[in-house]
Amino acid sequence: MKGLIGRKLGMTQIFTEEGVMVPVTVLEVGPCYVTQIKTPESDGYAAVQLGFGEVKEKRLTGGVRGHLKRANAPALRTLREFRVQPDELAEFKLGQKVLVDLFNEGDFVDVTGTSKGKGFQGGVKRHNFNRQPKTHGQSDRERAPGAAGAGSTPGRVYKGKRMPGHMGHERVTVQNLKVMRVDPERNLLAVRGAVPGPKNGLVTISLARKNKVKKAR
Amino acid sequence: MTYLIKSLENEYLKEEVPEIRIGDIVRVHNRIVEGRNERIQVFQGTVIAMKGEGPAKAITVRKIGAHGVGVERIFRIHAPRVEKIEIVRHSKVRRAKLYFLRDRVGKKARLKQLRR
Repeated sequence: MKGLIGRKLGMTQIFTEEGVMVPVTVLEVGPCYVTQIKTPESDGYAAVQLGFGEVKEKRLTGGVRGHLKRANAPALRTLREFRVQPDELAEFKLGQKVLVDLFNEGDFVDVTGTSKGKGFQGGVKRHNFNRQPKTHGQSDRERAPGAAGAGSTPGRVYKGKRMPGHMGHERVTVQNLKVMRVDPERNLLAVRGAVPGPKNGLVTISLARKNKVKKAR
Repeated sequence: MTYLIKSLENEYLKEEVPEIRIGDIVRVHNRIVEGRNERIQVFQGTVIAMKGEGPAKAITVRKIGAHGVGVERIFRIHAPRVEKIEIVRHSKVRRAKLYFLRDRVGKKARLKQLRR
C-alpha cells in the first residue's frame, strides 16, 4: 500500500543537493493507524482503512469509538480508505502504525485535497473566458459571458455550457509531485510544488499512479 | 504550524553567515561547476538590496565591470554554492535599497565609508 493521510502546513523553499533552490509544500503526514482491513472475501475488494489525527475520545460518536476500539487504535478524527492489491493485505494488521517513512526521497506522489473555496464566480475567473472591450460604446459588458448558444437551431443551450457559478472547494488531485524530504521524527514530508487546499487542510498522499520513475518494490 | 516549517527551514541555513548590511562592499566566493571541474569565482561589489527570509534570503551585489558596464548578481546567502562572503568595508547609507546607484556614474556612484 502506498497511501497516507496528512495535513498541509504551508510552503517554503529549500536547497537540493545540487544547490538549486526549489519551492516545496510541507505536509504533516501521519502517524496513521490501520483501522480496518477489507478483503475480497468479506467486502468484495481489497483495501486498507487508515486513520489520522488524534483527538479526545469524547469528540467521537459511539459508533466510531467502537470501530476504533475493535481496531486497537487511538481516537482518530479522520478515516480514509486506500485500495491495495489482494496479495499485499498480509502486510497489514489492525492497529498497526504507519509513518511517513513509507515514502522515500525521490519518489513521485499524487496529493489529493479540497481546493480553496472561491464562492460564486463569473465566467472570466471560473472558466478563463475572455473579457469584452472596455470602450467602443460598451457599457456593463466587460466581464459578461456573451452568448450562451446559437439561434433557433438548436433553440436551446447545450448541457454542460460553462456558466458562472460556485468555484473551488472541490476535490483536486495534483499528480507527480517529487518527494524532496522525508522526516519520520517530526512526521514531515516536503513535496516539490503546490498542493490543493488551505493551510491545515486535510490531504491524502499516495504513490503516483502515472509516475515517470516507478518505485522499485 | 509554522514552527514545524521553521524547523525544516533551519536545516538549510548556514551556521555562520556574516552580518551583511546594505551598502557593504563584499567579496562573494561562488563555487562554479563546469562539467566535472569546480572552481571558485570571486565577485566583489556593493550590496544594494537584500530580500527574502530564511533559506531564501538573498543579496543583490553590484559592481562596475569592464568598460564601465554595471554588473549585478543576486546571491542566496545560504546557498551551498556560495562558499564564503567577506565584508570589505561598511558604507554610510540611509536607505534600504540603493537602486539610485544604477543611475549614477563615476565619482557620484561612490558611498562614504562608515567609520566609528
